[in-house]
Amino acid sequence: MRKYFIDIYKSVWSVLIGMKITFGHLFVPAVTIQYPDVKPKLPERARNRLYVNMDDCIGCLQCEMACPVNCIEIATVKSLPTDDLGTTSTGQKKKLWVTKFDIDIAKCCFCGLCVYPCPTECIKMTEVYEFSEYDRNNFLYNFVTLTKEEIENVKAKAAEYEKEQAAKKAAAAAQAKPATAPTQQPPPTAQQS
Amino acid sequence: MEQLLRNIFDNNIFVFTVTAILPLIWIVPYALVAIWLERKISAHMQDRLGPMRTGGWHGWSQTIADMLKLLQKEDIVPAAADKILFNLAPYIIFIAAYAAYAAIPFSSAYIGADINVGIFYIIAVTSLAVVGILMGGWASNNKWSLFGAMRAAAQIVSYEIPSVLAVLAVVMIAGTLSLQEINNLQTGWFWNWYVFQKFPFIFVAFIIYFIAALAEVNRVPFDIPEAESELVAGYVTEYSGMKFAMFMFAEFVNMFAVSAIAATLFFGGWNSPFGDFLGGPIWGVFWFLSKGMVLVSIQMWLRWTLPRLRVDQLMYVSWKVLTPFAFACVIAVGLWMML
Repeated sequence: MRKYFIDIYKSVWSVLIGMKITFGHLFVPAVTIQYPDVKPKLPERARNRLYVNMDDCIGCLQCEMACPVNCIEIATVKSLPTDDLGTTSTGQKKKLWVTKFDIDIAKCCFCGLCVYPCPTECIKMTEVYEFSEYDRNNFLYNFVTLTKEEIENVKAKAAEYEKEQAAKKAAAAAQAKPATAPTQQPPPTAQQS
Repeated sequence: MEQLLRNIFDNNIFVFTVTAILPLIWIVPYALVAIWLERKISAHMQDRLGPMRTGGWHGWSQTIADMLKLLQKEDIVPAAADKILFNLAPYIIFIAAYAAYAAIPFSSAYIGADINVGIFYIIAVTSLAVVGILMGGWASNNKWSLFGAMRAAAQIVSYEIPSVLAVLAVVMIAGTLSLQEINNLQTGWFWNWYVFQKFPFIFVAFIIYFIAALAEVNRVPFDIPEAESELVAGYVTEYSGMKFAMFMFAEFVNMFAVSAIAATLFFGGWNSPFGDFLGGPIWGVFWFLSKGMVLVSIQMWLRWTLPRLRVDQLMYVSWKVLTPFAFACVIAVGLWMML
């Protein structure tokens, strides 16, 4: 009988204590972050969307090779000796036209492995993480700064130069041929014997 | 009120219709606000924010948006369900909840039907809700629904007795079953309210009535028939769209009904707490509704404080704790009256 009343007293008391606690929490500031209005601070070195600074890219393809999911595609064209592509911010001379630098961010696994090998530190992770799209094709990011005409132009020039070089080589070869031809022939004396 | 309407419209049917519909003018906005309020209170008690976007200021129109969504939803009736009972159940529950409002005095000038057995009628008619729950649970042809319905039926036999006994203690002092009469007897300052009379017996009776009322409206800690974590959603498992909304609506209507009865019986109903200050029929509505809303808020507060009881714990509380205490109150009040 004693226990019965003690139980009732205890339960009523614990309900009141519980109500006090919940009432107190009514006035505790909420921990919720109102996301699109207030953004949480990203940790240092957070890995999000990739960005390529094309001014610094030398077309070395190291990022493409490092990528474990093959989401980077790069194409380069050799520049002519007369072209001046300028230098990167690290002072390296650019020797290749980068005619294609595509990152399929939908494939990207945000491992950051492409960032480390880059000799000019032109490919890097940014703080942007809101880049959802309505169309899947929009995830293919093109970083190339050259226009289509410029690419065509560069390609044509390179092809022409190649041809010229080939022709020169051929000419050089043709020139060299007569000179070397006699040596290729077996010594007549040997044949005779 | 009725006389006034008679003078204006001179048509009995019209007068009765208007009198019957008047509580709806309060109930519908109340339900919308109360559902929003419950979400906000629950959120803030858990250090969250709750709905914040819809409508601008603290998501005030979230419930309106939810209601519009529910209205547009497909009305699914399970293939194996008993279609007639399944479709009827939400309405039975709502009717049971709404019928109680016929005898609740909103103000000294307005009461749906001033019958001399008011509180008896309310207790009788609100029990009909269990029929609706049982109907819905059985007709759904789903094990969770049936479990919920059975639990609701088991629950009603437990909570109804202490609840009625607690009411009886008040009725003994008042000497009447008419709620309007009971209100008239509590006029004056707040110490005339029945909670403060025959202290502490009526106060204990109020606590008992309030606990039993929580069980009646199937709310935590007595939400055993719904018990999300055990029974999916109990008897509403198979309901969707507007029928689900009906159940939800009926629950909130019921919440206010029991709060209004508690306010009427124990807290002076439409009486101002300060004598004639802000008295009169119009302010009476304000006092009545605010007293009801305070009790509704306490129900919400309790909901986010207490865990759910087990079925056997509910039985223990109802039969072994509330019922003896209610009897003790009735006897004590009776002896006090004899002195």
